[in-house]
Order: sequence, then C-alpha cells, then structure tokens
Amino acid sequence: MGREAQQQQQQQVSFTVEQLVAVNPYNPDILPDLENYVNEQVLSQTYSLDANLCLLRLYQFEPERMSTQIVARILIKALMAMPAPDFSLCLFLIPERVQMEDQFKTLIVLSHYLETGRFRHFWDEAAKHRNIVEAVPGFEQAIQSFAIHVLSLTYQKIPRTVLAEAINLKGLSLDKFLEHQKANCGWILEGDQSTSQLIVLPPNEFNHPELKKNVADSIPLEHITRIFPILG
Amino acid sequence: MAAASYDYEDAPADYDGSADARASSQDLGYDPNFVPDSVKSFVVHLYRHIREKNVYEIHQMYETSFQSLSDRLFKDTPWPSVDAVAHYVDNDHVFCLLYREMWFRHLYARLSPTLKQRIDSWDNYCSLFQVVLHGVVNMQLPNQWLWDMVDEFVYQFQSFCQYRAKMKNKTEQEIALLRQYDQAWNVYGVLNFLQALVEKSMIIQILEREKEGLEQFTATDGYDYNGGSNVLKVLGYFSMVGLLRVHCLLGDYHTGLKCLQPIDITQQGVYTSVIGSHITTIYHYGFANLMLRRYVDAIREFNKILLYIYKTKQYHQKSPQYEQILKKNEQMYALLAICLSLCPQVKHVEETVNSQLREKYGEKMIRMQRYDDEAFSIYDELFSYACPKFITPSAPSFEEPLVNYNQDAYRLQLKLFLYEVKQQQLLSGVRSFLKVYSSLYLSELATYMEVDEPTLRTILMTYKHKTHAVDSDGKITSNADVDFYIDDNMIHVVESKPVKRYGDFFLRQIAKLEGLINDLDRVRLD
Repeated sequence: MGREAQQQQQQQVSFTVEQLVAVNPYNPDILPDLENYVNEQVLSQTYSLDANLCLLRLYQFEPERMSTQIVARILIKALMAMPAPDFSLCLFLIPERVQMEDQFKTLIVLSHYLETGRFRHFWDEAAKHRNIVEAVPGFEQAIQSFAIHVLSLTYQKIPRTVLAEAINLKGLSLDKFLEHQKANCGWILEGDQSTSQLIVLPPNEFNHPELKKNVADSIPLEHITRIFPILG
Repeated sequence: MAAASYDYEDAPADYDGSADARASSQDLGYDPNFVPDSVKSFVVHLYRHIREKNVYEIHQMYETSFQSLSDRLFKDTPWPSVDAVAHYVDNDHVFCLLYREMWFRHLYARLSPTLKQRIDSWDNYCSLFQVVLHGVVNMQLPNQWLWDMVDEFVYQFQSFCQYRAKMKNKTEQEIALLRQYDQAWNVYGVLNFLQALVEKSMIIQILEREKEGLEQFTATDGYDYNGGSNVLKVLGYFSMVGLLRVHCLLGDYHTGLKCLQPIDITQQGVYTSVIGSHITTIYHYGFANLMLRRYVDAIREFNKILLYIYKTKQYHQKSPQYEQILKKNEQMYALLAICLSLCPQVKHVEETVNSQLREKYGEKMIRMQRYDDEAFSIYDELFSYACPKFITPSAPSFEEPLVNYNQDAYRLQLKLFLYEVKQQQLLSGVRSFLKVYSSLYLSELATYMEVDEPTLRTILMTYKHKTHAVDSDGKITSNADVDFYIDDNMIHVVESKPVKRYGDFFLRQIAKLEGLINDLDRVRLD
C-alpha cells in the first residue's frame, strides 16, 4: 500500500516533468527540475529521453550551468537504453572538451564495446569502473537485456559458453538465470549443464526469417477506393 | 582540407572586420534616401495588392519584380531605406516591417551585413513576428514569401552564430556591441519564436482536424478562401520545418524529427508547395535519419526528392533559388552515397537517381567499401561537403585570449560520425562473404576473414546490431540486404529478395484496362 502510493506519486511527478518539457522545451527556468528528474530516474529506474535531451540542450545553450555529474548519469541511462541510439544522441550535444574528461572517456569506451558486440571487453572494463556504473541501479540487468536482444537477433541456438560470456554470468547464477528464462521466456535448454549445452532462443522474425510477415504487399484502402468506380 | 571547404560557403556572409571598410566605400555611391521611380511604383503596387489580398499579383511582384529590380538597380548596394519609402505606403506599419525583411534579405544575399545590421534585422523579425503572433494581421501572403521568412530567419541565426564564433579578429567596438545586445539572435529567442508560431497558429490541431475531414488546410495549399488571413497558420506550419533545421544545426536530431512529426512527409503537403521548403524538409529529415542510423528511411526520401528535382529542375532555372536547389541536390547525392555505402539497399533507389549517383560518386563509393584510410577520408570529405552548417549556440567568453570556436560544432559531429563509420568497418567484408554462401560454418568464415572465432561472433553481432534500426517507438526493423542467423556453429544466409508489388501492379493494370475499354467504346465503326 505504502509502496503503491509512492509509485503513484512518482508517476504524478514524472507526468509533471514530462509536461513541463512539452510546454517549455526552450525555457532555461526548468533546468533545476530536469536535473532533479535525472536523479529521480536513476532512483526509480525510469527513463525519459526527451527530458534528458532537453536538459542537455539547456547545458549546450548555457555551458556554465552544466553539471558533469548529471551528464554522466544521463549517459549511463542512455547506455542502458540500447539498442536505441540514445547514447550517440546525447554525445552529439556534449561539447568535445567535456567528453575528454576521464569518466566520459570510460563511458565512450563502454559504449564502443556494446556497439561492436564485444561483451567480454565490456564487462571487464565495467568491472574496473564500478564506482561509475554501480551508481545507477539496474545497470547490469539493462546491459544483459541488450545482450539478449542482440543474441536473439543473431542465434537460433547458442552455445552456453557464448551466452554466459555475453551476459557475464557463470556457475550457479547462470543456472538460476537459465531456469528463469526457461520458465518465463520460452527458452529451451538442450543437453546437460556442460559446456556443450545449447540454448534454443525463442523464434522471432530475425532469427527465423520465415516468420517475417510479408507486410510489403498489403494495399492501403485509399488505393483500392481508386478503382471503386470501375468495380461498381 | 575538409575543414576549409566547409568554411567556404559562409565566407561571403562572415566578414572579419573588413566589411566595415567595404560598407563605407559602398556608402559613397549609395544614398539610402534616394528612391528611383521604379522602386516607388514597386512599393505602391505591392502595397495595393497586399491590401486587396491579390495573392497572385503579390507573388508576381515578390518573385519577379523584386528580383529584376535588384538585378538592375541594386546589384551591390542595398535597397532604399524604409524611411524613404514609408510615405508612399501610408507609413503602414506592417508593410514597412515586410519591406525591411526583404531589405535585409537582399543585403544578406548580396553584401556583407555589419554587426549593427545583423542586430537591426533581428529587431525587425521580433517586431514582425510579434505583430503576427498578436493576430492583428489580416493579409494573405504567398506561401513562397512566408517560407522565405522562416528560412531566412533561421539562416540569419546560423550566420550570426558563425560570425560571433570568430572572436579572434573582432574589434573592441564589435565586442562592445555583442555584449550590449546579447539578446540579439539569442538561441532561446529564436527557438521560442518558432515554437510560439507553431503553438499560436494551432497548426498541429489544424492538421489533426484535417485528417478527420473537419478542416481544410492542405487541400487549399494553406490559403484561406473565406477572406481570413493565411499568414499565422502558414508561418506556424513552416516553423515546424524551421525547428527541424535549427535542431539539426545544434546536433539534436531526435528533437528535430519530433518537431516535424505533425507533417506527414510520405504525402504531398503545403511543404511541397514551395520547392525550397520541400528540399529543406527532406534534406534535414534525411540527414537526421542518417545520424540516427535509420539509413533506409533516409535513402527512401532522398531518392524521392532527387527524382523530383531531376524531373522538375528545368522549371526553376529562372528562380532566384535555382543555385540553392542545385547545391542541395549535389549535397543530397553525397548523403545518399554515404547512406548506400553503409547500407547497400539499392532497391530503394530509382534507376534515374541511381545512374546519376554512379556518375557522380560511383568510383568513390567503390573505394568507400574498402574501409582503409583512404575510404575514411572520402567519408570525411562527403560528410563535410554535405552536412548542415552546425553552430555553437552559446555566447562566447569575452575573456582574453579571444579564440575562434566556429568549427567546434562541426568537428564534433564529424568526429562522432566517423566513429560510427569505424564501428561498421568490418561489415562490408562480412556482407561480401554472406552474399556468395547459402550456409557455412563459423570456423570457415573465420578463416576467410582471418580472425578467430570469438572475434567473428562479435563481428556478426555488430552486423546484426547495426543493420537493425530502432524507430522512435522502439520498434526494430531490419535494414539488411543480406541477413543471416546462426544455429549453433552454422551460419545460414537469408538473401532478402526484392518484394514484388503485385497489388500495385494489378491496380494499375485494372485502371489501364478500364481506360482502354472506355477508349474502345468511343470508337464508332461504320
């Protein structure tokens, strides 16, 4: 009950900030609200690209008001939004000299590893900078979801070791994770829990091309109406 | 080299102090108070046509007479000052604002504006837009003119930002002026004017209501046949395109596209009624999509407009926009070359456009596939040639030493773009192998590509990630011409076959047959 009320309240707050952005997209007075909202997104594990871009825009207009700490949080949230291109969208608005700071260099390297499918490198690098990424709850899960997204585009059946590396899980926690996916997401595990185990990922139109609906040959009604006089 | 060519286009408008000297030498032969008879007749007639709401005549005078008078009498001097012509037009406040808007536009196009003139032009736009926003305007103006206002407003803003960013050679007097008039061409002011025009005009609601058949806007090209004014509505409409452009100049592609959303660019609309607006809309739409990695969306729209320009450019030869049309045409071919090099979906490109493209960039596109240093330098060259004139919107620091920062925004966008290209550098190699196999083992492909298997897996995932675009609703679509999936250690290749559009084909044939039968019915046999 208490939690529900809190959630409701949060929804209300987010509603107002989103409204604020919609009504005043170019108003410097909402800058502090937007900064608070970034922190709130971090705490409540929510995300608003529009609000964050709006804040980066205000920073771009008045660089002296920029808080690099907030910018870093926005970038981490943007990483967590992959596969959407949000991280680049944010970088386009951040001056190059700011991007030269160490914490941003790290985030850019992390993004680079994700963009090029190098999950092993990513997790190794992330482990070296726990202070940066652990500041944002849900970070690991979000990256794992992205990894699973790319794997599902790519594989029908994936070797257990390849999967384990991409989502950075092993041993007991990997088994637990797989059991959970099996029960909830339709994953099928082929073979025993040895390294030769194969995992069958749920079919989608990208790993099973035959599932792709042929929408290209549907005809919009307006076009049909053109021949109504002829048919009639 | 790329940077130098990038700088070039703005050179005439962006003087570095030398324009003051030029301006004063102009002054010798230019008397702002002298009004030749032809100008007197021009303003008197234009004023009368505006009062009589004769859109056709206004358009003629605006498009033809203004240009020919400028060519004949004001090739390298400004038009007579507004004070000198005001008494011919009853000192009409709004007409004088319109006259000054044209006056400045002519000055920007043919001469170099001084800082004071830039500031005065800003003030004039403020007064003009205030009048429009307060709804006291009852004129009907041609779409071409209304588009030109928005277009010029954004252009002068961009030009001002570029000018202001060149701090190195500023005189003390200029710096004092910049400090004193820090609201002139302020980015908040510019964006808020455009936004206010969109909101006040209710154009988004009008377009919505039109979809439900409750209102006409597109059907009448934005004009009001019931005697009302089209000025606020159409300015609001074009301001959405203006906002797209400003956001692109700022590197905010997501927000730019969002501003354009109320306009359905898959259809004809008021934006296609003026060639300049049509091109500006599609150029920025395509560029933003390129930066968002939605290559197919960019390719599709570039293809459409390039075909359109190809077919219609002869009709614009005498238009004052002709040069600009050709320039944007060339830039869009360069952008199309980039898109197709990153995403070879030639099936979306018409044969005419494709052969033009091969002629212009065929050889470069082959070299771009190689992803060596030379290839990167071609990406760099094409991007620098074809990108918008990015701006830094913030005011300079007036502290010594004064530095130029006019290239900063462009360098950042270029760098991030090339970074993206580098991330995709191995994909064309994968693509060429996938094209010749229907299935092969991971280990085989790894050998061919001279990488180990784990590396190959990352390359294949990169291929999947980069060829699958995410739209604004989070929906995933494949942009891949050759796709694949992996089953354990086996790669299965899926070549996307061009979809045959039977439906369209039959519809066309039905209509054709009907026409033929009608023709036959009319034939009388003796």
